Amino acid sequence: MSEAATPIAPPEPLQRRAVALVSGGLDSMLAVKVMQEQGIHVEGVNFFTGFCVEGHTHAIRKKDQDKNKRNNALWVAEKLGIKLHIVDISEEYKDVVLNPKHGYGANLNPCLDCKIFMVNQATLMLNKARELAGEKGFDFIVTGEVVGQRPKSQRKETMPIISSESGADDRLLRPLSARNLPETLPEREGWVDRDQLYDFSGRNRKPQMALAKRFGLEEYAQPAGGCCFLTDESYSRKLADLWHARNERRYELDDIMLLKVGRHIRPARHYKLIISREEGENRFLEGYRYQFTSLTTASCPGPLALVDGRFESDDELRQAAAIVARYSKGRADDQVVVEVKEPGGVAREVAVAPARPDQIPLQWNVG
Amino acid sequence: MTETVHDLDVRRQLCPIPVIKTQNRVNQLARGDVLRVTCTDPGALNDIPAWCRINGHEVLETRRDDHDVVITLRVGEPSVAL
Repeated sequence: MSEAATPIAPPEPLQRRAVALVSGGLDSMLAVKVMQEQGIHVEGVNFFTGFCVEGHTHAIRKKDQDKNKRNNALWVAEKLGIKLHIVDISEEYKDVVLNPKHGYGANLNPCLDCKIFMVNQATLMLNKARELAGEKGFDFIVTGEVVGQRPKSQRKETMPIISSESGADDRLLRPLSARNLPETLPEREGWVDRDQLYDFSGRNRKPQMALAKRFGLEEYAQPAGGCCFLTDESYSRKLADLWHARNERRYELDDIMLLKVGRHIRPARHYKLIISREEGENRFLEGYRYQFTSLTTASCPGPLALVDGRFESDDELRQAAAIVARYSKGRADDQVVVEVKEPGGVAREVAVAPARPDQIPLQWNVG
Repeated sequence: MTETVHDLDVRRQLCPIPVIKTQNRVNQLARGDVLRVTCTDPGALNDIPAWCRINGHEVLETRRDDHDVVITLRVGEPSVAL
């Protein structure tokens, strides 16, 4: 007697895999959650450009030490139970900042080029993973973009530009706004159900908040003014000043880190003072004394200042010392002794009268 | 046998650079290796352990002395490269 044939179980449907751009904000968090609800395996990627806000000033400034210092992208990844790959793109990103094809926003923020660049980086990662791991690689890219939310980069007409110029094309899915946009590959292939995606648009955040509530996400980051220093007017002014002083548009990572710290005073095109405003900034600038000439008050408590550039005369050195003395505890004294130290460690002391406020013109104050 | 402890000095570097450098160093190590990371950004006390939890590495110790934050971890399963 022959045994009854055992029915062959249909093969398990392949779990589709997505790479999500995770900034740490609510939108990317929701986009990931929407995908997870549809059974998609999601891993996050977060790009470090050098301009990320991420609590740098909180980490430096003593008065901000009690503020939240977590990295929001990591926090979101942990909340959602996804892996997060943090990628340093600060070097390659310079070209985006220096030569944005689509121009700048209100300040030196190249938001559209930035988004194209990041999606392109994710596309390259996706392609590489597919090449190495085949079906265990990734199938598509997810972002938290919402049509009409940002004046420069998230508009209905910029969405297809990002898809095409990044090379992601129809492998780029925006779950929060998908129903306002043409169908993408994951929708056409049935990997995700378009009917369960969203049609959010505009700057109103209420739909996102309602969705967060529905998902039981009670805590999420709400960065004021975005997560990039380039959207900040004062920061952009300091960066523009740096380029003007150098007579060329270039920067190194240390330059853009130092723009986040201290009071920047430029008495001459060839030198600028970066003067700490409190103990935390003092400690941070201390780490740069081996690269920069530095000034600090010796006869009374005072700030530490770095000299970005060079003095062309002894008068300029004394002028800088007088400015530093102005921000010391000895500002009302007749004379303050300031130590001037070269990066190599050679130091000398100069005695100066602290500068009066009218001796530091407003236009010297870069930010 | 004495365990080899690898050291990573990321003092004066701000978040997320300590995490990125930890991630890159861990990718060069083998499962079971121990890495001691020294930072000055207090945010690393939250971020490096969070990165370890997400990626399956074990935090053996975190401590803070004077201005330094020290996190010691044991490398877990290697991550599939993205």
